[in-house]
Amino acid sequence: MTSLTQPFLSVDALHKAFVLHGQGGMTLEVMRDLSLTLSPGECLVLAGPSGIGKSTLLKMLHGSYRVTGGTLRLHFEDGDLSLDTLPAHAWHTLRRDVIGYVSQFLRVVPRVPAVEVVMEPLLARGVDEAETRARAEAMLARLNLPERLWSLPPGTFSGGEQQRVNIARGFVAEHPLLLLDEPTASLDAANREVVVQLIQEAKARGAALLGIFHDEDVRDRVADRLLPLTPHMGATIAPTKPAAEEVR
Amino acid sequence: MKRPDLDRATLLEARGVSRLYDPGKGCEAIDIRLHRGEVLGIVGESGSGKSTLLRLLAGMERPDAGQVVYRSPVAPGRDGSGHEGELDLYAIGEARRRALLRMEWGLVHQNPRDGLRLGVSAGANIGERLMALGERHYGQLRAAGQDWMGRVELDPRRIDDAPKTFSGGMQQRLQIARTLVTRPNLVFMDEPTGGLDVSVQARLLDMLRTLVRELGLSVILVTHDLAVARLLAHRLMVMRRGQVVETGLTDQILDDPQHAYTQLLVSSVLTP
Repeated sequence: MTSLTQPFLSVDALHKAFVLHGQGGMTLEVMRDLSLTLSPGECLVLAGPSGIGKSTLLKMLHGSYRVTGGTLRLHFEDGDLSLDTLPAHAWHTLRRDVIGYVSQFLRVVPRVPAVEVVMEPLLARGVDEAETRARAEAMLARLNLPERLWSLPPGTFSGGEQQRVNIARGFVAEHPLLLLDEPTASLDAANREVVVQLIQEAKARGAALLGIFHDEDVRDRVADRLLPLTPHMGATIAPTKPAAEEVR
Repeated sequence: MKRPDLDRATLLEARGVSRLYDPGKGCEAIDIRLHRGEVLGIVGESGSGKSTLLRLLAGMERPDAGQVVYRSPVAPGRDGSGHEGELDLYAIGEARRRALLRMEWGLVHQNPRDGLRLGVSAGANIGERLMALGERHYGQLRAAGQDWMGRVELDPRRIDDAPKTFSGGMQQRLQIARTLVTRPNLVFMDEPTGGLDVSVQARLLDMLRTLVRELGLSVILVTHDLAVARLLAHRLMVMRRGQVVETGLTDQILDDPQHAYTQLLVSSVLTP
């Protein structure tokens, strides 16, 4: 198997249904009995056609969607933390310090310059402003965002530029668990390459990553394992690709 | 890696508070917990009872039933070690309650003219709460006035101008400066961007986000505008006909609403 370390994340028999009250209370069952584990230093990639529930899984792990059934647990040295029963206010700190999320789309706050969008997760932790700015700028430079754009609000940026701001924001804070929802969707080859490097560095520092990548080349290079989701039922854990190298 | 400490101290708690003017008008049996450093949004349509609830929580209107309890921290605005115990808001005297609103809390009205003294200078408006706390040194009051005008992006050279010469957006920023200058532990905001032009709203929202983070503010925010709630609030309560129909993280409520009414509310928003 991929890693000898204890898993950091365990998902057991996860179930998600949406009840649509506007449609006469119709129930839309999007996931049933999905289980997986994820270890530090490992990147697990969710596979399957769109609409199969990949993003839904990430949103449940980030607390944006509620869990209909099953359990989500993080394992720490001194005990487990159940995410499915966490009170809402506990998520504020958890998102700040533990679980990071990079979506395809940047939710633009009017008037906030790109560099400050990237700085925000570190400022929220109380990191010194000068250090935060330096780290944010280094990240934007790595992602080849032209320096003249750093002080501008990203509202008018192209899709690819906005996405790079979003990626910088997602990776700058080095969360121990990172959820990646197609971070390379509208990037050119050079910037896809940077994202691959960022993912490999995150793995090397022991982060656990769960991602969705439609780009097969990126997927093959970052994935330690693939988890194929099948219609309506989610999946059970099925390593389809042997780990290229042992991660720690 | 150690398990993170996710608990935060409760700052304000309402237990079963009710104030009904007529059946379905007002609010009924509301429970709330506001944690330190948290922005709690109360959303709902007009007539849902959200403004009534704000007045009950802020000590401005006595509930027919229930309790509002404030846990006053010793060191204002800090990370929250120790407090001087519970204050039952409507068990203490009127004078104490007013003092609390003046000293430890802040209130931002929808209409800045309700929160400002229009005839006296901007500087005097900002200095008023400081003076109530015992600051008498003219130079320090003036320095605080200039500092805060800068923080809310007003030209400090206009410190001697009366707010009636300011635009609506400027007046709102002045009201915010006047309220936050004393670093309140708890701020109540009633539709703070409500009467403003959209272009002015964005600036104010960005400014409020920054102030919340920098000062570690705890806020109860009433708004009917879900976009404002999305940008400012960590957690939401959805009200309808005087009752809370759903609570949760802001993105839970807006992206995965559970209650029929919340689903209707969220799906009715126009996105340009």
